[in-house]
This record gives sequence, C-alpha cells and structure tokens, in this order.
Amino acid sequence: MSLLKDLTKGIYRENPVFRLVLGMCPFLAVTTSVENALGMGAAATFVLICSNFLVSLFRNIIPSKVRIPCYIVIIATFVTLVDMVMNAYLPDLHRSLGIFIPLIVVNCIILGRAEGFANRNPVLNSVADAIGMGIGFTMAMVVLASFRELLGNGTLLNINVLGAAYQNQPLLIAILAPGAFILLSFILGFFNILEKRKGGRQ
Amino acid sequence: MNSTVLLSALLATPDSGSQGFDLGKMMAIIIASIFVNNFVLARFLGICPFLGVSKELDSAVGMGAAVIFVMTLATLGSWAAYNLLLVPMGLTYLSTIAFILIIASLVQLVEMILQKFSPALYSALGIFLPLITTNCAILGVAVLNIDEKYSLGYSLINAIAAGIGFTLALILMAGLRQRLELADVPPAMKGKPVAFLVAGIMSIAFLGFAGLGG
Repeated sequence: MSLLKDLTKGIYRENPVFRLVLGMCPFLAVTTSVENALGMGAAATFVLICSNFLVSLFRNIIPSKVRIPCYIVIIATFVTLVDMVMNAYLPDLHRSLGIFIPLIVVNCIILGRAEGFANRNPVLNSVADAIGMGIGFTMAMVVLASFRELLGNGTLLNINVLGAAYQNQPLLIAILAPGAFILLSFILGFFNILEKRKGGRQ
Repeated sequence: MNSTVLLSALLATPDSGSQGFDLGKMMAIIIASIFVNNFVLARFLGICPFLGVSKELDSAVGMGAAVIFVMTLATLGSWAAYNLLLVPMGLTYLSTIAFILIIASLVQLVEMILQKFSPALYSALGIFLPLITTNCAILGVAVLNIDEKYSLGYSLINAIAAGIGFTLALILMAGLRQRLELADVPPAMKGKPVAFLVAGIMSIAFLGFAGLGG
C-alpha cells in the first residue's frame, strides 16, 4: 500500500514543480512546445529512476560524509548516457533541448530525491517515488507547454488548433521568455486558490 | 609594443587559430551575456538562487559576488580540463561528469582557502558558497563556452559578463521584492507567484535589449 502512496504522491500532493517549486530552470526553459516538454520529461524521469535505484541500492555502502559527490557522479553518469542516446537517435530533439540536457545534472529534483528519499528507503519504494516524481515533473511541464504553444503558436504537438488566422497574429510573448514566468505565476496562484478551497472544506 | 597587441597576445590562445582576438567581438560577448541573453531572464539559468536569495539586497549582493568569482574560476578549470585533457585523450563525452566534479571540488577548495586566508570575505560569502555547486548557471556557462568554441580569453570574458548579468538581475529583483513587502498583493498570489510575475515583467524589459550587439 505504501508503495502505491510513494508512486502517487509526486503527481499531485508533493508535485515537485507546482507544490515544492523545484527544478525551475529546465521547467521554464524547455516548455516552448509540448514536444520539448515530453522529451525533457522522459529524459529527467529516466535519470531520476536510475539514480534513485542506485542510490537506494548502495545506501548502506556510501559513507555519509561523501554522499553528495557520490550522488552527483551517479546522476552525471546517467545524464551522459541520455545525452549520447538522444544525440544518436533523436538529433532534432537533442538540438532543441540543447544545453538543458547536460544541465539535468544540477536539477534540484533529482538530487533532492536522492538525498531526501532514496537515501533512507528500500529500492522498490525509491523506484516508485522516482516514477511518481518523474510523472509529476513531466505533467507540470506539459501543462505549461500546452498554454505556451497554444497561445504563442496556435498549435498543440505541432497540430494546428486555433486556425491559420490566429497563427498570423499569435500572442508571441507566451513563447518568449517572459511568457514562461507570467504563465507560471498564474498557474501557481491557481494552485494556491485550489488549496485554500480544499482547506476551507475540511 | 602597445597595450592592444599585448592584450591580444595574452588573450588569443594557440588553438583559437584564425579567431585571434578582436575588441568588437569582445564587446558583443559582454553585451550579449549581460543584457540580451541575460542568464536569468532570457536563458532561465540559476532560477533557484534567483528566487531564494533575492529577498534582501545585502544577501543578493553577496550571492552575486560569489557567483562571479566561482564562475570565472570554474570556466578556467573546465576550459583547461576540456582542451588540455579531454580533447587530447578523446574523452570529450565525459565532459559533463568532469565539469560538475571540477565545479564541486572548486567550490570546496575556494571555501577552504577563504576560511584560512580571508575570514572577512569568508563570512561575507560563506553561506552562499555551498549553494553554488547546484547553481545551474555555473555549469551552464562552462558548457556554453565549450559549445561556442570560445578561446580561453573569450571564455573568461563570457563568464565574468554572465556573472555580472546574473548579479544585475538578482539585485534588481531584490530591490523590487523589498517594495513588494509593502504592496497589497492578493492572498493567492503572495510569495512565489508574485515573484514570478515580477520576473516576467523584468524579462519583458530585458527583451528590449534584443537587437543590441546582435
């Protein structure tokens, strides 16, 4: 039962982006299209699962004094793997994610889960936690990316939704840097209202 | 020998070849890194410290100074490791691992040296140094310099300019957030949401720099 709880808590209750406000850099940078968001989500989830698995497996062997460098090396290894695989099989996606692939290494969510969860929980629970957090991170990115792509380009997953007339004069700012900050601020505000409603009812 | 020639001899490294050193390009890099491609507001690097340390002006200045300092050293270290070690040995695919290890050990080293030789500076920067290892702007600038194939001189200039850009955004944000304390913000938007909104508006202002030094 607790396994299921570990899996689902990352999706809403402890959503890494909307509730804990972690991993902001890739979150804001790659959400210019849903395709990029899915690619980044998949890459980060893979690294998260692998690093949580290894950290949890070795949690009794790694001396606590040098644990952070150990985690960083584990994470960096998997990031390098993702980088090379993506460069070989999905070169277009690799190019559009660019510098944010190597930067998965310093994504606070991954180090945070290694230090905060995998460090003191059994392997199965850690993997469940990683899958949940990965899904939560990906979902959050897809939500913001949908808004930005729809408003800024009139498309969703490169399919035209709002018609050619809109595409001639889209709300370009949504896809530029300011759009990410402003839309995220409204989404966070919306979650705060949601939380207050829920608290009021209890 | 006049100073420009001396400077260019100093800044052009053997492998930069025909690139040489030119003042125009240097200015373009500086303006681009501080304003047009501001690390925080246009490239989304270093958002965590940007939000975390921008509540007070003093700590913003301290964090900014620490970032400029470590960024410059990290660029020096990563450039040397990449061009003198990884490229000759054909191990460039290890660059991510190498860079993060260099940055982490550099931060540790700087912390130890400062503690020993400059306690005043250490107590001023002290608490910010450990945070810097996970600041993606530092790794970001190291990776960007390699991607752009900058020579050592350009890399260092880019690193310093990027650090100044980061500090500028951080200080502006800290000033605005001190004002925000007094403002009447809707309860749902208090804290992080309104901080992001302010960052968005600042980012619009920085869009105005596009086209400068292009």
